[in-house]
Amino acid sequence: MMAVDLRSLEVPPESAEGTPTRVATIRRIVQETPDTFTYWMTFRDPVDRATYRFAPGQLNMLYLFGVGEIPISVASDPELPARIAHTIRSTGRVTDAFRLLKPGDQVGVRGPFGRPWPLREARGGDLMIVAGGLGLAPLRSAIYQAIRHRGQFRRLMVLVGARGPEHMLYRQELDMWNQWMQFRGVETYLTVDVADDQWPYDEGVVTTLFPKVRVDPEWTTAFVCGPEIMMHFALRGLRDMEFPMDQVWVSMERNMQCAIRVCGHCQFGPKFVCADGPVFRYDEVADLMEVHEL
Amino acid sequence: MRYLDREAFGKLVDALAGAGYDLIGPTVRDGAIVLDHIDGAEDLPSGVGEEQGPGTYRLTSRDDDMVFSWAHGPDAGKRFLFPAREVLCTAKRNDGQLTVECRPGDERPFAFVGLRSCDLHAIAVQDRVFLDADPHYARRRERALFIGVNCAVPGGTCFCTSMGTGPKCTIGFDLALTELPGGFVVEVSSPRGEQMIEVVRSREATEEEVRAAQAVTTEAEGQMGRSLDVADMPELLYRNREHPRWKDVAARCLACGNCTSACPTCFCHDIVEGMSITGDTATRTREWASCFSEEFSHIVGMEIRKSRESRYRQWLTHKFASWIDQFGTSGCVGCGRCITWCPVGIDVTEEITAIRATDGEVEVAEEVMAS
Ligand SMILES: Cc1cc2nc3c(=O)[nH]c(=O)nc-3n(C[C@H](O)[C@H](O)[C@H](O)COP(=O)(O)OP(=O)(O)OC[C@H]3O[C@@H](n4cnc5c(N)ncnc54)[C@H](O)[C@@H]3O)c2cc1C
Ligand code: SF4
Repeated sequence: MMAVDLRSLEVPPESAEGTPTRVATIRRIVQETPDTFTYWMTFRDPVDRATYRFAPGQLNMLYLFGVGEIPISVASDPELPARIAHTIRSTGRVTDAFRLLKPGDQVGVRGPFGRPWPLREARGGDLMIVAGGLGLAPLRSAIYQAIRHRGQFRRLMVLVGARGPEHMLYRQELDMWNQWMQFRGVETYLTVDVADDQWPYDEGVVTTLFPKVRVDPEWTTAFVCGPEIMMHFALRGLRDMEFPMDQVWVSMERNMQCAIRVCGHCQFGPKFVCADGPVFRYDEVADLMEVHEL
Repeated sequence: MRYLDREAFGKLVDALAGAGYDLIGPTVRDGAIVLDHIDGAEDLPSGVGEEQGPGTYRLTSRDDDMVFSWAHGPDAGKRFLFPAREVLCTAKRNDGQLTVECRPGDERPFAFVGLRSCDLHAIAVQDRVFLDADPHYARRRERALFIGVNCAVPGGTCFCTSMGTGPKCTIGFDLALTELPGGFVVEVSSPRGEQMIEVVRSREATEEEVRAAQAVTTEAEGQMGRSLDVADMPELLYRNREHPRWKDVAARCLACGNCTSACPTCFCHDIVEGMSITGDTATRTREWASCFSEEFSHIVGMEIRKSRESRYRQWLTHKFASWIDQFGTSGCVGCGRCITWCPVGIDVTEEITAIRATDGEVEVAEEVMAS
């Protein structure tokens, strides 16, 4: 009988890498609304600073030491990836802890993950961006990219709704875009559910803007993101205007703990929102969106 | 086919332990045949049988000394390759500098003895989830040895023939045993298996032994406790998301999550943050999660699957339908553990059969019925 070294049976694993956590340093914090702040950050490692890229609508998993990790959209210009922004509303354990951060503090960043807004689809036609509340954060990167490549579209329309003037994100930017209109051709339409004396724009939910915009649905690609109820009415409005379903794109939200389709939390029917989404073409998910508690 | 007598088999198992493998095998504990760390062949069950049914499991004694004449206890390979709690990453903060390390540990490699065909298929199912994504799983999985067993006595809740996953081992093993009264007919399926069997005295199996082994499988195939028609999956469950049966089963389901723990393929998990008492080290721990819990679907301001009905539908539809879209395989291997270990004996085969029988039926809202 041969002597066999059973230890030699062990195969060296050619293991999966896992997704690395990069470390970023908070540079600047901007208050957007009473409970929402934008955190500008740069990667600590020069290699990360030089190589990190993201596309509009993608998310990062942001990690706070000792607190936890959460999915947050990248809300800055994809063509300036060395300095990225995340806009975060404090609503719970991890997001509340973000409020304690100061410039110089470090956070972990895994990402980017997910399927981006497909600006390419809108080329040659019109692009209409419809955002409700915090839903503007994942669309801001798309707006930046659209402005950079303005020549690729005919009309560029940005429709934003918020509860009240104090809940409107990126107010200065929106005012600026609004003033650009004449020479850059960015049409902004802003509305709040309840206006105050100083509010110079519209009043009413975001769908009340639809008739004003006078879109040509056949030639328009729409990107829609906002709270569930806003999405519901906005999508209904678009259907009523006879938008082709395959020209409407939506971003979905689900619980996410891994962002690499292994934790199981972000399932939406057969889809993993972290990898198949968060951006979906409306006709891919319209049936699923109709199912209660899916 | 090789043949190992009982003594040689015992020596092989002991040799694996002696070579430093973490030996995982069936052993009797707390009134069940559990899979656990064992020291050697003497820890394996002998002359023990089991009876399983919806919500019931009990050991029986056999009037022989067969080692593997039973189907399976509550746990499969999952508990070892994808442990219920595992620290994935350690973060440190020193002088404001954050570091996060997620390196897999350097545990002893596993040698599994006595996994069933359904268990081996379940590992292949989890491979599709974790192997490329998770270095911790991949490292354990790739280093492990697998000695499978072809079932002789399926359990009362087994339906592997319906799922195409048993009772004979077809994938994922280095050696597969068929137990005969005096020893084992052994199928060797990998170079590692060839090396393993070299360690002890074996001989070519006789034609008669090979035929006897085949008969064990044929007989087992005829003794399945359950069966299930899986035609038209995933569509059957996709088009029945509003079927009244979901409400019916939700009225019986306790949402305890036993089925997701017992299931050898369920992979959903949470990542939980922990902090050392000194405050300079934090751990990111993966813990099994169950889609039956309300918080599983938590997003700000709401739980998406608030009703038990929606959670049962999520589990069953994921397992038998959406899994196919996601991973190119059913998530069910037909082991029936979810039936056995359900405290109220809910039987997935019965639920799916009921939906199929009234395919397309839609729950009518109460207001509509009243009018
Ligand atoms: C694709 C995507 C993009 C997002 N982009 C933004 C953004 O740009 N800005 C922003 O403010 N918010 C965004 N969110 C929502 C944000 O992830 C949640 O607000 C955040 O996870 C809440 O964490 P918490 O600990 O403060 O809340 P709690 O209610 O205390 O949540 C408890 C825990 O649940 C887990 N969890 C995982 N996913 C979620 C989830 N989606 N919602 C709630 N809890 C979750 C986390 O571990 C969290 O700590 C996004 C979510 C998704 C899925
Ligand atoms: S399901 Fe099949 S392979 Fe699994 S224990 Fe039962 S008979 Fe054996």
